[in-house]
Amino acid sequence: MLGKLTWAAVPFDQPIPLIAAAMVGLVIFGVLVWVTVKGYLPYLWHEWITSVDHKRIGIMYTLLAMVMLLRGFSDAIMMRSQQAMAYRSEGYLPPEHYDQIFSAHGTLMIFFVAMPFVIGLMNFVVPLQLGARDVAFPTLNSVGFWLTATGALLVNISLVVGEFARTGWLPYPPLSELTYSPGVGVDYYLWSLEISGVGTLLSGVNLVTTVLKIHAPGMTYMRMPMFCWTTLAANLLIVAAFPILTATLAMLLLDRNLGFHFFTNTGGGNVMMFMNLIWAWGHPEVYILILPAFGIFSEVIATFSRKPLFGYRSMVMATMVICLLSFTVWLHHFFTMGAGADVNAIFGIASMIIAVPTGVKVFNWLFTMYGGRVVFTPPILWSIGFMVTFVIGGMTGVLLAVPPADFVLHNSLFLVAHFHNVIIGGVLFGAFAGYNYWFPKAFGFRLHEGLGKAAFWCWFIGFYLAFMPLYVVGLMGMTRRMQHYDVAAWRPWLLIAALGAAVILCGIILQIAQLTVSIRHREELRDETGDPWNGRSLEWATASPPPVFNFAVLPHIQGEDAYWDIKQRAIEQARLGDEPAYTEIEMPKNSPTGFICAFFATFMGFALIWHIWWLVAVGALGAFTTFVVFAWRDEDEYIIPADEVAKIDRANRSARREALVHLQPVQ
Amino acid sequence: MRAKPGGPSDAKRCPHPFGSPSVPIARRAIILAPIILTGCQAGVLDPAGPIGLAEKTILIDSLAIMLAIVIPTIAATLGFAWWFRAPNTKARYLPDFAYSGRLELIVWSIPLLTITLLGGVAWIGSHDLDPAVPLPSDKPPLDVQVVSLDWKWLFIYPNQRVASVNQLVVPAGVPIHFTLTSASVMSTFFIPQLGSMIYTMNGMATQLYLQADTPGTFRGLSGHYNGDGFSDMHFDVLAVPTDRFTAWVSATRGTGPTLNADSYAELEKQSVDAHPFTYGNADPALFRQIVTQKLPPGPGPQVGHPDVNVSPRTQR
Repeated sequence: MLGKLTWAAVPFDQPIPLIAAAMVGLVIFGVLVWVTVKGYLPYLWHEWITSVDHKRIGIMYTLLAMVMLLRGFSDAIMMRSQQAMAYRSEGYLPPEHYDQIFSAHGTLMIFFVAMPFVIGLMNFVVPLQLGARDVAFPTLNSVGFWLTATGALLVNISLVVGEFARTGWLPYPPLSELTYSPGVGVDYYLWSLEISGVGTLLSGVNLVTTVLKIHAPGMTYMRMPMFCWTTLAANLLIVAAFPILTATLAMLLLDRNLGFHFFTNTGGGNVMMFMNLIWAWGHPEVYILILPAFGIFSEVIATFSRKPLFGYRSMVMATMVICLLSFTVWLHHFFTMGAGADVNAIFGIASMIIAVPTGVKVFNWLFTMYGGRVVFTPPILWSIGFMVTFVIGGMTGVLLAVPPADFVLHNSLFLVAHFHNVIIGGVLFGAFAGYNYWFPKAFGFRLHEGLGKAAFWCWFIGFYLAFMPLYVVGLMGMTRRMQHYDVAAWRPWLLIAALGAAVILCGIILQIAQLTVSIRHREELRDETGDPWNGRSLEWATASPPPVFNFAVLPHIQGEDAYWDIKQRAIEQARLGDEPAYTEIEMPKNSPTGFICAFFATFMGFALIWHIWWLVAVGALGAFTTFVVFAWRDEDEYIIPADEVAKIDRANRSARREALVHLQPVQ
Repeated sequence: MRAKPGGPSDAKRCPHPFGSPSVPIARRAIILAPIILTGCQAGVLDPAGPIGLAEKTILIDSLAIMLAIVIPTIAATLGFAWWFRAPNTKARYLPDFAYSGRLELIVWSIPLLTITLLGGVAWIGSHDLDPAVPLPSDKPPLDVQVVSLDWKWLFIYPNQRVASVNQLVVPAGVPIHFTLTSASVMSTFFIPQLGSMIYTMNGMATQLYLQADTPGTFRGLSGHYNGDGFSDMHFDVLAVPTDRFTAWVSATRGTGPTLNADSYAELEKQSVDAHPFTYGNADPALFRQIVTQKLPPGPGPQVGHPDVNVSPRTQR
């Protein structure tokens, strides 16, 4: 009846996950009770859960990322404290628990923090920047989000029901094969990522189509803001790379469940094939994460330097070059496999070549600040912090691309320090910059600036304290993923790293405080005009939060920095443009398709993990039926009458008219 | 209990606290300042053999080449941000400065030139330090066959017909030719102070040449995570003078257990924290049988072997 599932699956003998899960369960239960008692359920259902509005979906993606960041960071704190304690002792986490923690940490941080964070920001911002009413496939977008949430949920269920993978965040066979990992941990990993991988692919298809096809009149490709270009590049990579991940993990699933021999030791399996395939996805993946971050920095640095982005064409070119080259370097993840000098050298040099367009970007941001009037708001602090940190991470990355250097640094803590250097210093700093920058657009009020700056400094200093010591112990020969060790010289550095993690914790607490304080003081932080930062691109041309249709009348674009031009004209003439002729607007209807599909997918995934075959059938049938019902729909749009549009837009126009008086022409 | 109190003392692992005397201490002090502070380093920056030394040189050179542009870039970032801060009225405001052909040329050239230089280092380095290429030496290399097991290391000396577990004894000043495989999952054979690591994989053999220049004790480990016993899977490398190596071989031969298919099957079972021991008689054909899978791969966890009714959680 319940397959492999028995009471033995619940770790009653392990207090840490049990207490943690009980706390989380209590919080979720509390929130549910609160929502029900207050009568918010219908609001949540109609306005958020079934919403196909790209802005709402973007916000939900970002929220998911932030919640998962808390889980992933708890894992990080446990790892750092374990290593701080485990000198010639067991520490407090036995290997079978510690191994799950680092595997879950990597999986969560990449797939359920970094990915949803950047996808959320792209979803929210890109249609606004393009002057579009919505994304190309609104309901598909919702399905993509909810499937991602399913994946995240399954990973977290593994905390209390069964176990998570003990293989590292990439389950290299043969360790991940049934022979060496008979438990359900690897299955949790595989099914979570199969389901959320489909979601990510859908989101990629959607955003590629949106950037290529859905534009305001006059928004040519070479007038798109930099963030739209990096979104295009990142999503092209998603479309090209995620099927590789899905297929590779499917092969491992076949090995584990149906006795295939893709990657087994015996029967002609080949582990090297897994490594090639997983990194053929894995290397583009890091550019899927970092390219949108590059786009965010381009927007933020230009806005707060009060200048256009320097070298726009160069930046576009650099982005697309990175997009192409990212598929040609995967072998640098296993130089130490003995491939031979020519192969290693070619992939090493190819990896270094990516540093060229990346370097170009850094210099262009530098020259964007040159001759500017830099206003030190939290978003630009994150950006400057990024530039300083990222060049260090880039340097150690190029160092690892030199095969003989990699021969002594591969899989050491030096490597761990390197990729945290680029993922925290690049992706996460970018996500936080974007969060602070676009928050007023999403909610109509700014985030508290003082707390935002304090949070930045904690993260910035904490990052250096936590990861510079790891470079050192890496050079001392310490490999990653050690549950305990007996080398005295490593210990002081690991203690400093633990201190760094504590400082980052302060940063996270300050971020939570920033959000809470900002919500409480939202009236003081209110942005009436929709343009709180004196922005340059189209998202600032509409109200905050934007109406569901984004733009009452689609703007006509006449150059780069679309909104800046419109604004300067208005300032020169000391008046807004004439009131446009409002017409009715057709918008896509909300649809519960995504949520219901994901609901069934969750049960199906869980049942597949535990071999509860009848539930698999129910889940699959349910999800498919949902899809069929959706496909048979008769009408999927509704009309917003012209009066309504006019009413909404006039309110924003009057706020802008008042603000116009205070704006000075530039020169 | 997995903890290993009273392991080899750390002092033993620092044969040269300040590295080889040929490098001026002042220069080393600058490069290694943060590391020297802790006293013993015993890492890849303290090489004890030609491969490690060459790799360290490449590492430092590459770093120096890159620092030449990274440091100015960081300085310029902070400098520009501060000088062009909004309240600074002395700074020029150029609101339309968004393109300059000359700057673009420079912007593309600087990283390109750096990478050209570094690409040369990578190409030459990859060929010079290819792990499978024999070391130039007037002495014939010593053959050692390495098998990574769950979770210990087996070293077979086919010509001496002895073997050891979790302890590698080699003559100093003689090239060692390692042929490596895995009994089960992937691991990495790595002796930080001697240089290059390499993967071990079941059903395959990888090649690696290393050499210890002078006698000493070095730490060896698995660079690649390979399961619950990973943290205990390290070994000591004893580099000894040639005559002492010969003496060790003759003392070992004929004493202790025999390594053959039966005892290998026993050794292959999962266990952690195996204390070093030797086999007085080792079957020189064994390694080939492991690589060709004549001897089956390691069995993995035994309690609850793959089966639908397996306890879902972990077995110790």
